[in-house]
Amino acid sequence: MLRASLRQVSAALKEGRVTPTELCQRCLALIKSTKFLNAYITVTEETALKQAEESEERYRRGQPLGILDGIPIAVKDNFNTAGIETTCASKMLKGYISPYNATVVQKLLDQGAVLLGKTNLDEFAMGSGSTDGVFGPVRNPWSYSKQYKEKSVPKSHSEDKESDWVITGGSSGGSAAAVSSFTCFAALGSDTGGSTRNPAAHCGVVGLKPTYGLISRHGLIPLVNSMDVPGILTRCVDDAAVLLGSLAGHDPKDSTTIQDDFNPFELPDLIDVSKLSIGIPKEYDAPGLSSEILALWSKAADLFKNAGAKVVEVSLPHTRYSIVCYHVLCTAEVASNMARFDGLEYGHRSDVKDSTESMYAATRREGFNDVVRGRILSGNYFLLKQNYEKYFVKAQKVRRLIANDFVKVFRSGVDILLTPTTLSDAAPYTEFIQEDNRTRSAQDDILTQAANMAGLPAINVPTALSERGLPVGLQFIGRSFQEKQLLTVAKWFEKQVQFPVIQLEEVKRHDNGVCQYEKSLTVKQGEKAESQSSASPTFGSDVCSQGNRISSTENLNLVKQDAMATPSRTCCAGSGLLARVKSTCELKENSVYLDVRNSLKICLGPLFTKFSSRDTLHGQPWTSEPLKGP
Amino acid sequence: LAPWIPVVGLEIHAQISSNSKLFSGSQVQFAAPPNSLVSFFDASLPGTLPVLNRRCVEAAVMTGLALNCHINKRSLFDRKHYFYADLPAGYQITQQRVPIAVNGSLSYSLCIDNKMSQMVTKTVRIKQIQLEQDSGKSLHDDTRSQTLVDLNRAGVGLMELIMEPDMCCGEEAAAAVRELQLILQTLGSSQAVMAEGQLRVDANVSVHHPGEPYGVRTEVKNINSIRFLAKAIDYEIQRQIEELGNGGTILNETRAFDSKLGCTVPMRDKEGKQDYRFMPEPNLPPLILYDAKSLPANMNHQQVINIDWIHERLPDLPSVKREKLIEQYGILPEHSFTLLTQMKPKKVIGWILNDLLSYLKQHSLTVKERSVVFIATVVKQSDPFLITGTVQSCTGLGSVLLNGVRQIHGREEDHVVKSSSQSSECDDVSSFLLADLLNLLEKNQISSTAAKQVLAELWKGEGKTPLETVKEQKLELLQDQKELEQICQAVIDGQENEVMAIKAGNRKVLNKLIGLVQKKTQGRSNPVLVKQLLEKKLSE
Repeated sequence: MLRASLRQVSAALKEGRVTPTELCQRCLALIKSTKFLNAYITVTEETALKQAEESEERYRRGQPLGILDGIPIAVKDNFNTAGIETTCASKMLKGYISPYNATVVQKLLDQGAVLLGKTNLDEFAMGSGSTDGVFGPVRNPWSYSKQYKEKSVPKSHSEDKESDWVITGGSSGGSAAAVSSFTCFAALGSDTGGSTRNPAAHCGVVGLKPTYGLISRHGLIPLVNSMDVPGILTRCVDDAAVLLGSLAGHDPKDSTTIQDDFNPFELPDLIDVSKLSIGIPKEYDAPGLSSEILALWSKAADLFKNAGAKVVEVSLPHTRYSIVCYHVLCTAEVASNMARFDGLEYGHRSDVKDSTESMYAATRREGFNDVVRGRILSGNYFLLKQNYEKYFVKAQKVRRLIANDFVKVFRSGVDILLTPTTLSDAAPYTEFIQEDNRTRSAQDDILTQAANMAGLPAINVPTALSERGLPVGLQFIGRSFQEKQLLTVAKWFEKQVQFPVIQLEEVKRHDNGVCQYEKSLTVKQGEKAESQSSASPTFGSDVCSQGNRISSTENLNLVKQDAMATPSRTCCAGSGLLARVKSTCELKENSVYLDVRNSLKICLGPLFTKFSSRDTLHGQPWTSEPLKGP
Repeated sequence: LAPWIPVVGLEIHAQISSNSKLFSGSQVQFAAPPNSLVSFFDASLPGTLPVLNRRCVEAAVMTGLALNCHINKRSLFDRKHYFYADLPAGYQITQQRVPIAVNGSLSYSLCIDNKMSQMVTKTVRIKQIQLEQDSGKSLHDDTRSQTLVDLNRAGVGLMELIMEPDMCCGEEAAAAVRELQLILQTLGSSQAVMAEGQLRVDANVSVHHPGEPYGVRTEVKNINSIRFLAKAIDYEIQRQIEELGNGGTILNETRAFDSKLGCTVPMRDKEGKQDYRFMPEPNLPPLILYDAKSLPANMNHQQVINIDWIHERLPDLPSVKREKLIEQYGILPEHSFTLLTQMKPKKVIGWILNDLLSYLKQHSLTVKERSVVFIATVVKQSDPFLITGTVQSCTGLGSVLLNGVRQIHGREEDHVVKSSSQSSECDDVSSFLLADLLNLLEKNQISSTAAKQVLAELWKGEGKTPLETVKEQKLELLQDQKELEQICQAVIDGQENEVMAIKAGNRKVLNKLIGLVQKKTQGRSNPVLVKQLLEKKLSE
C-alpha cells in the first residue's frame, strides 16, 4: 500500500480498504525505521495522527475533502508551518516556530492532507547535495536498495559498507528521499536552480518545477525571490498533476502570482506524441556529462522519433553563461534576504552584547554556515555602488538573453525540450564532500538552472538505473504556463521507460500489500492553454486586517504578566512589550536581557497581527485591545 | 567682498493618511500601545511578502498631480539596505530608480518684511515623489544602556518629496512647507502634522558667491516644527557664512537642530559613508498606472488605477480657494491667507458661533433650527471656504468672522500640539449638538465664554451633550433675578467710592462693578442684565 501512487491510495481510502489513521501509522513507522536516511528534520507524529483521525471522520461521514484527504505528505523545512518548527536546516532558525502557514501548506491542509513532518535540506536551500545543513546530510535511499547493493563494488576492504552511501542531491534532498523511500506519498520541495529536479533525479522520483508565478511563494523562506518556486515531488507524473492542481493559482499574498484562474487538469491516458516537436539543446551536452547519461538521452530522443514526433537539435547559446549569471543574481538576493536575520525579532541571538553591531555580527557568524556567509559576502560585493552596473545589471541582461534563447526556440515551433537533469548519477558522500559547495553547485545546477532564469516549467522523469544501480533522470522543459502539455509528454515518456521500483528491505517489512501503480496508458494529444503573467502588482485594499491571532491562553497570560511585572519598562518606553537591543555600553543585568528576549518570543505569538488578505476583512471593526483573546 | 548667496533644498517625508500600511494589513494609528500594530510582514518574519496598498498609490498620484508632477505610468520598487534595530528586514522598500512622480513645482507666497499686505509668490521645483516604507522607532534608554524598539510605525506608507535648492532662507522654506502642508491636508493624502511626525523635513543648506558653483552642503535634521525649520536654516546659513568668513571650510555632514539652544550641531555619523546596496525589489512587479487612453478594457476594476479619474476628482487646492474667497466675498488677499494657511479651520468654529449669535441678536433675528443645522454641517466639514461663504451669505458677517480669526491667531501655536491628537475626533461633533449649544446661547442660558468651554468639551468627543457639560461644570447663567439683584446690591454697598464716582458722571467705573458681579457669580451672570440691574439700582 505504501508503494501505491497517490491516486491509487486515494481510491483505497475512499473504498475503505485502508483508513487514514492506518496509513499515517504505517508511514510514521517507516519513517522511524528509515531514520538513518536523515530525511526528516521534524516528524510531527502527534499532529499527523490527529489530522488522520479528522480525515477518517470525514471519510466515515462520506464527506472527504477531495483526492488529498488523508494522504500523508511531507514538506521541505523552508516552508512556514504554524506551530511546527521551521528551521531551514540552519542554526539561525533552530527552534523557530512560525506563527503562520505558507500558502501551499495551508492549501494542502485545507484539502485534508496529513502533514508527517518537515524534510531536510541544505542550509537555507543553498546547495546541491543536501549535505550542508546543520542537521547533517541526507542519505539516498537507493544506497540501501537491492539494486545498488548488487551492482556496487566496495572500494576497499578497510572501509566498511557504511561509507558507500550516496547523496540525494539537493537542496530538496529530504523531500526526494522521503518520497523515494515510501515514507510519504508526495512532498513539497523548492526549486531555485534545480533544487527539486536534481534530488528527484538522484532519488528516482518525479520532480516538477512549475512556471514562476503559478504557485504562491508566500511562506516559502526565500533563496532567490525572482527564481524560487515551490517544487512538487511524487512517485509518478499523474500524482504531480494532482498536486499541481491543488496548489496552483493566484494568491493575494504573493503579488508575483498570475491573476488568471488556474484550471486543475487530469492527464489523458491516451497520449499521442506524433504531432509534437521535441527540441534537443546541444549546449546541454555539457562538459562532465557522463557517457551513460548521454546514451540514455539519445535513446530517449529515439523513443520520441520512433513514436512519430519531430526531434530537432536546437541551440540555447547563452546557457553557458547561466552559472556565472546565476552566481551574481543569487548571491545578491541572498545578501538582501538574509539581512533580516539579525537576532532581534526571531531566531538565534548571540551572547555577545558589547554593542548592537557586535551582537548582529556575532549572531550572523554563529547562525549561518560558511556557505551562507560566503554568498552574503559576495552578494554584498556585487551590490556595492561601484560594482552594481558591472555585475548585477550585467547579470540581469544576461538573464534576459538566456530567457530569450528559450523564447526563440519555442517560437521556432519546438513544443518541449528534452535534456538530462544531472551530469551523472548520485555521488558517494565521501566523494561529494571533497569539493566545496560553490564548485559543486556550479557543476550540478548547470542543466537545471536556465529554466529558473527563464521562469519555465520543467520536470525530472526517472528514466533508468545507471551501471551502479542508481537512478538517472531526464528533464523536460516546457513553455510558460503550459504545464499540461509538459506533464502529458512526461507521462507518455514515463510509460515508455518503465523505471524500476526501488527495493528496500525496510519497506518490505512495513508494506506487505504490494500495489504497483497501473501502467495501462493510452494516447491522446495534449491540450494547450494560454496564460498571461501579471504585469503590475495586485493591490491590497486599504482595509486593516486583523487576521487570526494565535490564541494560546497561557501565552496571553505570560504577556500580560510580563507587561505588568515590569513597570519600569512602561515608564521608559510606554510599554513593556518591546523588542530590545543592547546599546553601546556594557550591560550589567544579564538576566534582564535574557528575560526580555523571552517576552519577545511570546510577542511573535499572540501580539503580532497575522497578515491576511486585506479585502476579505472589509467592514470588520478593528479592536484596539491587542491582548484580548478571541 | 561679494555677498554670500544661501541655497536651501528640502527633503520631506509625508506620512500617507491610510487605514493600513504600505505593504501589510496592519492598522496605521498614532500613539497606539507599542508593537500592537505589527503584522508578520512588518516584523519581517521569514517568508512574508509585500502586497501594495492601493490607497497609498492613489494618495501619491493625487499629491503628484496637485504638485504639477509628471506621473510615471510605470514605476519600480527597490530595496535600500542598512542595518538598524528599527528596520526589521535590514532593508527599506523605496523607489530609488523610477519614482511614481517627477518634475513638479510648488508655488507659495510669503510676505515681505513681515507685512501681510506685501505678498510675493515664489516657486520651488519638485524633483520627485517616491513611495516608501517608514521605519519603526528606537527608544534609547541610556541609564539601562538598552534600546527599545516599537514597530507600530514600521511599514507605514511615506511619500518622500524632494524640493530642488530653489530657496534662499528659512522664511522661504517655511512658507513652502506650510503651503505643502495645506495642500496635503486639502487632498487628504497626509494629515501632515509635524508634531506627530507625519511631516518630517530635512534641509540641505549651502552658501556660495555669485557666479561660483554651489558650496559644500550640510543636511540639517531633527526639525519638528515649521518655526524651527526657519530658525534652523537661518542659523545654519549664518554659521556657514561665519565659518567661511573665518577662513574655515564646510564639511559635507549631517547636523541636528537643537531647539533648546537654537543652533545646529554635528550628528554622530554612522561609521562614515553608507553604501545602501540598492537592488530591485523582486517581490513586487513594476507598478503600472493607466490613463483614460491606456486603460485596458478587460482589467479588473479593483486592480487598475486611472490617473485621469483621480485628476478629475481633485478637490480645490488652497490657491484656488483663496482666489475664490477674494473674488466672491471681497476678502483681502492677506486675509485669505490667514484663513487658509495659518488656521486650523476648526479653531474658527467657536468664533463663528459667538459672532453669529451676537449678530443675530443685534438684528433681532432668531436662530432657526434648520439653518443652524445647515451651518453646523458646513462647519463640520472644516472647510474655511464653505464656512465663510455660508456664514456670509446667511448673515453678511465676513468682517466679524475675520476679526475673530485674527484674534485667536495669537493663541494658535499653543493649541496645535495639545489639540492635534484630538483633531481627528472633532469631525465627530454632531451638528445637532452644535445646534443645542446655539440654542443654549440664544436662550441666555449660558454666556459666550461658557459656550467656548462647552465647545471644547464637544471636541473631545466624549459623547456628552452641551446641556450635560453645562450642568456638570455649572456653566449655566444665574436665572434667579432676585439672587442676582441681591448680589448687585451687595457689590454697590461694598464700593462706596465707585458708586460716588458713577453718580458724579464717570460712567466707565460701572464696568468695574459689572466685573465684580461677574467675579462673584463665577462668570455665570449675563453682563447685559447685570448692567441693567446696576444702572437701575444706582439711579434709585
